[in-house]
Amino acid sequence: MATEVIEKVESRSTYLNNGHTVKSWLLTLDHKRIGLLYLFSISIFFLIGGIYASLIRLELVTPEGDLLTPDTYNRVFTMHGVIMIFFFLIPSIPAVLGNFLLPIMLGAKDVAFPKLNLLSWYIFMLGGALMMYTLINGGIDTGWTFYPPYSSIYSNSEVTMAGVSIFITGFSSILTGLNFMVTIHTMRAPGLTWFRLPLFVWAHYATSLIQILGTPVIAITVLALALERTFQIGIFDPKLGGDPVLFQHMFWFYSHPAVYIMILPSMGVISEIIANSTRKRVFGYHFVAFSSLAIAVFGFLVWGHHMFTTSQSMYAGMVFSIISYAVAIPSAIKTFNWLATIYKGSVSFSTPMIYALAFLGLFTIGGMTGLFLSALGLDIHLHDTYFVVAHFHYVMVGGAIIGYLGGLHYWWPKMTGRLYPETLGRISAVIVFVGFNFTFMPQFILGYLGMPRRYYAYVPEFQVLHVLSSGGAFVLAVGFMLPLFYLAWSIKYGQKAPNNPWTAFGLEWQTASPPPTENFTYNPVVTTEAYEFEHVEEIRNAGKTGAIQTA
Amino acid sequence: MADSHASQYGLAHHFSSMEQQREAGTIGMWIFLLTELMFFGGMFLVYAIFRTTYPAGFEQGSHLLSVKLGGLNTIVLIVSSVTMAMAVYYSQIGEKKRLVGMLSVTLVLGLVFLVVKYFEYREKFEHHLFPAMGFYAPDAEHLALQYHQQVRVFLWIYFAMTGLHALHMIIGAGMLLVLILMAHKGRFTTSYNSPVEICGLYWHFVDIVWIFLFPLLYLTGYHLTGH
Amino acid sequence: MSDHTEHHIVSPKIYFAIFGALMVFTAITVAVARFDLASVWGPLNIIVAMTVATIKATLVVLYFMHVRYSSKLTQVIVIAGLFWLLIMLVLTIADYVARTGWPTPLGQV
Repeated sequence: MATEVIEKVESRSTYLNNGHTVKSWLLTLDHKRIGLLYLFSISIFFLIGGIYASLIRLELVTPEGDLLTPDTYNRVFTMHGVIMIFFFLIPSIPAVLGNFLLPIMLGAKDVAFPKLNLLSWYIFMLGGALMMYTLINGGIDTGWTFYPPYSSIYSNSEVTMAGVSIFITGFSSILTGLNFMVTIHTMRAPGLTWFRLPLFVWAHYATSLIQILGTPVIAITVLALALERTFQIGIFDPKLGGDPVLFQHMFWFYSHPAVYIMILPSMGVISEIIANSTRKRVFGYHFVAFSSLAIAVFGFLVWGHHMFTTSQSMYAGMVFSIISYAVAIPSAIKTFNWLATIYKGSVSFSTPMIYALAFLGLFTIGGMTGLFLSALGLDIHLHDTYFVVAHFHYVMVGGAIIGYLGGLHYWWPKMTGRLYPETLGRISAVIVFVGFNFTFMPQFILGYLGMPRRYYAYVPEFQVLHVLSSGGAFVLAVGFMLPLFYLAWSIKYGQKAPNNPWTAFGLEWQTASPPPTENFTYNPVVTTEAYEFEHVEEIRNAGKTGAIQTA
Repeated sequence: MADSHASQYGLAHHFSSMEQQREAGTIGMWIFLLTELMFFGGMFLVYAIFRTTYPAGFEQGSHLLSVKLGGLNTIVLIVSSVTMAMAVYYSQIGEKKRLVGMLSVTLVLGLVFLVVKYFEYREKFEHHLFPAMGFYAPDAEHLALQYHQQVRVFLWIYFAMTGLHALHMIIGAGMLLVLILMAHKGRFTTSYNSPVEICGLYWHFVDIVWIFLFPLLYLTGYHLTGH
Repeated sequence: MSDHTEHHIVSPKIYFAIFGALMVFTAITVAVARFDLASVWGPLNIIVAMTVATIKATLVVLYFMHVRYSSKLTQVIVIAGLFWLLIMLVLTIADYVARTGWPTPLGQV
């Protein structure tokens, strides 16, 4: 992949060699360094969440509950969900890749509010610390959904502290979204009009929209829950005249769109990778861009489909069901456009592209099974079964995490200035794909046959499928651990990366690898549409000679 | 282009012009207010659901609040909004003394609001009307027994919403204090005054929340007086 | 209403006029609340109160917060915020209105 002559980078000043002290990292205002701080922190949370996942799969190898007590099992799956969702998936792509790349893609020196950006990381870490405190005190056992009245009255775990932790972490998400929105609006390079933006940026704009409009609602919801638990008010407690379904309304008003916080940035990454790996402009650029916004808007109208089996009005259920089907439209537009991009493109099967292709298949399955669940009648049968578990793992792991890994590999040379070992990368991508399918495909069948979620024991008939799933989880874990090691290895021993190892299009590839602190040594001006690969060479030459500086 | 602005007063390094910086600040504050709107919106939703469910309890509960004190605070906040707007005006035309004066008046009015709020809260605590389990014990003089639980829900919403609002007032007062110090040192010029403007937006938003809270909380049971 | 973000200075006269209007509307809302309009029509009290409050809030947004003179982007942000708030309120309340068995008998305490 690296055909370009590697420039001498030893003497050049980069954002990485601009200060080596701990202080220079912890007090940095550089969006690139903050992105790496996030990368480090969420990797740790991913490991913790992964350990909980392995415990779940180990327990479910046998039908009897022999490894964990029922109470411990409740805590394990709850902590798995809470840590993975609030501390890994939601910050994953926006806070790491978005923070690092967004300003560079816009040709800006930094995000609009660098201090807020750093603050958001500290808020995230404070929320994370409180969650670790909860974890050390035994975790919580309510399920990641915190449904009252169990969470508000009966649970004997640290629900209040977990609520405070999520309340605090929410503000980190809000600040990231706010920063991105303002940055995209005000700091685009001259000539970089809205429809010249990379689709990665469009996806992040839509994500930020959800973050700033949805997150405050979960904040007030968990706050209300914490107060309810402390003072026994009765707004969620049916015994005192309250309504637990109100909590579910408020909870899902955020938590359903939150799924799109996880998947939209991933879709942005996939657009970039597919365009580059097929050497073609993304087919239907405008449709892909607007479908991101459409998903962000529709995503806010469908939360009631999580509540079909509650006392929610059946008329409301019908409306929510129909609108839920509508979300499939923009998602399908994206998928079809990506396929159309690949068609007759010159496809290269690099590691990022293998992840992107895996995304296409897995996200399609995840999305299609979502339609099953938004069907009013079918959902009564499938609600709270492993079918749901499999569905959202196909979207969150098969969609969000695979997009994250693909993006991490794609931009790794830019972020670190080092190439990762490509063969190992491809092998681990295939391992992830195979392991993932072995883990979660059986769960669709389990769920359809009636295996409920969150049970620590089950009838013996289900054992074959559960063992298959646990075995797949082991393979998946290997697939996730491999990049951890070889990426870490490459930071020190990897081959030095050229500025544009993929001969890719985009402002981020026009600057050095790793970029200088100010991102560019010149003031970038954009004169072409996005993904015009025929112009890559001339743009690069212009950048080298400094011809771009004029204009 | 890159170095021409290096010495310009008040311009951060990553912006290319004052105009860009001002625009970013204003849009940033507006987007932040959007989150605030949704944050309070969640509480307004809770209010709407329970008000329609327990109309009588809400009237009874509202009747426990003092329209006089609530009205006084409404006027105080409206006046403070005007003084804040005037502060922005004086920062725009560069009158430092009047800017400091208007900001100070706004701060004092904000504090008056908080003091009045404190007396209202204290009165509720003295009559055991704070809705915590085990503490809440309204006497017959205050409340007919059949509404106890409904009124408790109302009072929770009252304390939660006014408490959140008061918290925002305290944060706003802190911002004003910083602005006053900065203005006093002469930090603001006719070309660099967006901090005043941005804090102004925040202050007005907090005022708007109160504009809705006042009728929803204080006036709902006002017609029960004298009947 | 133009897209330029040039600085518009609002004259104090407008501020004082708005202040007067806000005080008048406050007086109106307090005065109306003295009467139980439920005998005319059940929700009339709350409708009047909310209409007046909305007018007041609109005045503050348009003039004190300069939205009338701001860029289109700011205006879009304000409208988007209201739209999203309405999504939450309307869809949730619609459920309660159409729901059978709400409020629960237990809830009538």
